[in-house]
Amino acid sequence: MAIEVRIPTILRTHTGGAKTVEGSGATLGALVDDLDSQHPGLKNRLVTEEGKLHRFVNVYVNDEDVRFTGALDTSVKDGDSVTILPAVAGGC
Amino acid sequence: MPGCRAPRLSGVLRIDRATYDAIVAHAREDHPDEACGVVAGPEGSDRPERFIPMLNAARSPTFYEFDSGDLLRLYREMDDRDEEPVVIYHSHTATEAYPSRTDISYASEPNAHYVLVSTRHHEGQTGLAGDDVEFRSFRIVDGSVTEEDVEVVESYLFGHSPTTVVYD
Repeated sequence: MAIEVRIPTILRTHTGGAKTVEGSGATLGALVDDLDSQHPGLKNRLVTEEGKLHRFVNVYVNDEDVRFTGALDTSVKDGDSVTILPAVAGGC
Repeated sequence: MPGCRAPRLSGVLRIDRATYDAIVAHAREDHPDEACGVVAGPEGSDRPERFIPMLNAARSPTFYEFDSGDLLRLYREMDDRDEEPVVIYHSHTATEAYPSRTDISYASEPNAHYVLVSTRHHEGQTGLAGDDVEFRSFRIVDGSVTEEDVEVVESYLFGHSPTTVVYD
């Protein structure tokens, strides 16, 4: 068992085109570190230099937006499903 | 301010009349707030077929944002149907139909046509067809903007073989 992570089109350059990858960790932050060790560069696209999630991406753990559950501190466990989506936003 | 210009791509957005009109109507309806949405199509087809107006969670005349729950449902649905966002549209209500710096920084679908509609001349219009709502299409890849032509076709059903019908 592992944590399944769905990767959006824009980040698939880091995963060799894969739509779904697997990783492990007790928190979302640890999972992102594990993913980055397998798919270098991924973390930079998700996390800012200050260690916060980029506002350009939305991350969901089992359909729950992690902004409301502790962001990178959100607990995750084997069998969870994580979805990463680019935010669709803009303005004049 | 002079109108913005970007290098033009040989590419083109082909969109059917009904979808084009639906996008313009949505932009008019939500004016003076920005309107936004997607036109989904079969993955890799480059055909915008399924018009999906979205709620602007920011409800603002200067910003738009898909609600995060709506966004997840939208992508899951497209995934189930083997679709992708062929067009991502939004309106500018006081400025021209050109991607802003914010639009560019958020743009993260390299395969999508980013459609910008401006309703800045909307007020005082009769609402009749042919008034000057601006409708332009762009590719936004790695922060660089390329404008493309917009070709409005009467219907995608013409000139394409009918979709396969499976009888079981």
